[in-house]
Amino acid sequence: MKRQLVVVGNGMAGVACVEQILKQPHDFEITIFGDETHANYNRILLSLVLAGEKSPEDIVLNDIEWYQTHDIRARLGVKITGIDRDKRVVIDEDGGETEYDKLILATGSSAFIPPIPGVEKKNVHVFRTLDDTKALLEKARPGLKTAVIGGGLLGLEVARGLQVRGCGVTVIHLMDTLMERQLDATGGEYLKRKIESLGIRVMLPQQTAALFGNGRVDGLRFVSGEELEADLVVIAAGIRPNADLARSAGLEVSRGIVVDDYMATSDPHIFAVGECTEHRGQTFGLVAPLFDQGRVLACAITGDRGPAFTGASPAAKLKIMGVDIFSAGSIDESEPGVETVRYEDPSLGTYRKLLLKDDRLHGMILVGDIEDEHLYMDWMRNGTDLTPYRRQILFPPRDADPGREMADMPDSETICGCNGVRKGEIIEAIHAHGLTTLAGVKACTRASTSCGSCTGLCEKLLRAVTPDFQEETRTTLCACVPFSYEQLRDIIRGQKLKSVEEVLNIYGNRKGCEVCKPALSYMLDMVWCGDHEEDRSARFINDRVHANIQKDGTFSVVPRMRGGVTTPDELRRIADVADKYKVRMVKVTGSQRIDLLGIKKADLPKVWADLGMPSGQAYTKGVRMVKTCVGTEFCRFGVQDSTNAGIELERRLENLFTPHKFKMGVVGCPRNCAEATVKDLGLVGQDGSWQVVVGGAAGKSVRKADLLITVETTEHALEACSLFFQYYRENANYLERSYDFIERLGIEKVRKETVYAPEAEKTKLLERLARSKALAKDAWLERERPMHPTQFVQIQPMEAQRT
Amino acid sequence: MNTLRGWTPITKVENVPLREGRAVTVGGSEIAIFHLDGRYLTIENQCPHKGGPLCDGIVSGTTVVCPLHGQRFDLETGMPVLASQPACIATFPTRVEGGVIVVDLGGSLKLSEEATV
Repeated sequence: MKRQLVVVGNGMAGVACVEQILKQPHDFEITIFGDETHANYNRILLSLVLAGEKSPEDIVLNDIEWYQTHDIRARLGVKITGIDRDKRVVIDEDGGETEYDKLILATGSSAFIPPIPGVEKKNVHVFRTLDDTKALLEKARPGLKTAVIGGGLLGLEVARGLQVRGCGVTVIHLMDTLMERQLDATGGEYLKRKIESLGIRVMLPQQTAALFGNGRVDGLRFVSGEELEADLVVIAAGIRPNADLARSAGLEVSRGIVVDDYMATSDPHIFAVGECTEHRGQTFGLVAPLFDQGRVLACAITGDRGPAFTGASPAAKLKIMGVDIFSAGSIDESEPGVETVRYEDPSLGTYRKLLLKDDRLHGMILVGDIEDEHLYMDWMRNGTDLTPYRRQILFPPRDADPGREMADMPDSETICGCNGVRKGEIIEAIHAHGLTTLAGVKACTRASTSCGSCTGLCEKLLRAVTPDFQEETRTTLCACVPFSYEQLRDIIRGQKLKSVEEVLNIYGNRKGCEVCKPALSYMLDMVWCGDHEEDRSARFINDRVHANIQKDGTFSVVPRMRGGVTTPDELRRIADVADKYKVRMVKVTGSQRIDLLGIKKADLPKVWADLGMPSGQAYTKGVRMVKTCVGTEFCRFGVQDSTNAGIELERRLENLFTPHKFKMGVVGCPRNCAEATVKDLGLVGQDGSWQVVVGGAAGKSVRKADLLITVETTEHALEACSLFFQYYRENANYLERSYDFIERLGIEKVRKETVYAPEAEKTKLLERLARSKALAKDAWLERERPMHPTQFVQIQPMEAQRT
Repeated sequence: MNTLRGWTPITKVENVPLREGRAVTVGGSEIAIFHLDGRYLTIENQCPHKGGPLCDGIVSGTTVVCPLHGQRFDLETGMPVLASQPACIATFPTRVEGGVIVVDLGGSLKLSEEATV
């Protein structure tokens, strides 16, 4: 008969331990009790669920199927209230008994609620479980006044999550320094500045005396006598091991359940793992040591006492995008024999302090730039003699040979702290599945799928292990804000940033330049479908005054003529304008438009008014035009109504911004008179169908467009155009023309993700396009409602005005 | 003919939006006033490279980038940021009095002559 293994606790530590047991030869029948009703999820990512960066489904670690596949009985939503050690049974709250041969307690920890009068009031929350998170999400709304008690790791992550949801957030911290268990005063000050720059108010040192309000919380009163209004309070004042069950069963319990180096409690049939344990006087609140405990316990319980658990030095990382904080080891400077080296750059917001003892790394604080975290951790764990590195210790050379550093790392070292994936497992997966990409590693091992901070390491590992490593192409936008386009889009979306200033202040050098500002302006407009804070100072002059600056500082004006079709009336007005403003040249452009050159900035609004035509957007990275031929309406050879299709296409997409200029053409037969096959987007009419072609070019380089799809009706053709157009808007890098974009992605991928995408995806693309379009306006209407009173005005000195 | 000399009230502060520049005609020449978060800085408007209107440039920190060919100048000193740019531009002491930007136009307004290195 199989032996019964009962696990009390369905959290990360318990289930990770069971996963390790499953890897060993064993004769257990396993039952897991969990008092939450959810399957096992990644608790350390709850703050990202609160911030909307992940959905609850994203953080599931083991779904119900996993339990079934491994013949594990999952008893979810069942609370164990007692252990009868003589009978070897656990007793649930309904009095039901479950026998065990071996018992693992993985009861975790609970939020510590300080004894403050009023904590029982409504709208006072803790943040520990998925249900806590959901409860907060239900209440969080823009403008809600919230207070977070506790400025530690969790408190700050909760604060950011609430703030991203639009709440006004104040963090109240008892000590002088945020995250004082991980940081010193200087590091804490840097962190405080960063947090404040995100728009979160920080009050410290501030002790809460009471929560007031009639039934529902209205605010906090501090010991200092000050008060703070709050509609919602989250208490994040630390955790306490859940040891009551063990205590009532008579096991040795101090702060946590006392375990030996093999995770055994004072009863040889009962083991404990995770945050409920106390090992050599130490309790645990971070994830990495829990995985180590799980491995040790798995070996011990299956009969093969392997490595012992010898404790863990604390290591903590803050999971707020753009606020990089890492701390590990001892940060106590006053310890005898400890010397410190430090470096700070207030402008960059970076600070690093290393504590050395006997020429070994003893502890570290990294703020703002944590790239060397892994090397430092290596040094600390291995007790590396740092004498040879002392001169470069604050800026260790990033190894020229990426393989070496990785080769030195033992297989047992954890690479992905979030998911407890070790180097050896990744290497195994690379060999077993022939992986060559980061995406492959993510799919097979779960490494780098959570907070993403080990992405670099995973890539290094891939590069070192497989000769066929394919790096994901990632171009950094600009030194001012050193992230890839993709990361920046995620940052803007995930962190709900709405202005260029916000992005630069939080993620950049606070200045920006002529390269990144227009790029960020575009991204904000695209991500928020036009519902962002438009900052004209971040736009190139053409986009401030909606005309194309010329070499003499005057501007050119190109009105929109959809499809290249105009009327005698329009032509007369254009001629009158040319006369009235003494236009130096009237030019027919290659885009079937008319260009008026040499207009003064101050005249622009009047010129637009006199023309009475919309902006042709010939000055911007946006929808330029649709060039058409006369098609079936006049042409002897035309087989499709290209003129009207072109006018309609232009109408649907005009006034929108794009990563680079975007030119289109529609032709009524394959003779291609309007050159649709060398446009960013083209429609080529055939008898009974349209070819939709994309990525053509006839500029510095010439490229024939690729066929996206052939469709029968004009409406379908226009929809295909919209799909590609929005896809390009969302995925191309700024200043990447459609033809470079197609070459980079490959037409097959583009097809799969546009016209051949699942209906739901297509609908989403079209919806976002529709939202952008709904907010897009003819820029020349600013003649009546300028963004700024002096947008087009030439300022005259006051004195001169008086005389 | 230019008759403006010395400290001259130019325009109300609200006429120069944050991180943008505005050109002002004084005599036969133009100056450009920039607004950097409460501070106002004035330079000559003409880029010594090809005469581009510096008032229309993107501001980056305390520098401005000419919209025509990307020459970059420090608004405080008038110095070019890159050594490869030969010339600097004139700067004018600027202060705010009662919500009005006041610029010291100096004795005369022969801008580009003052500006040669």
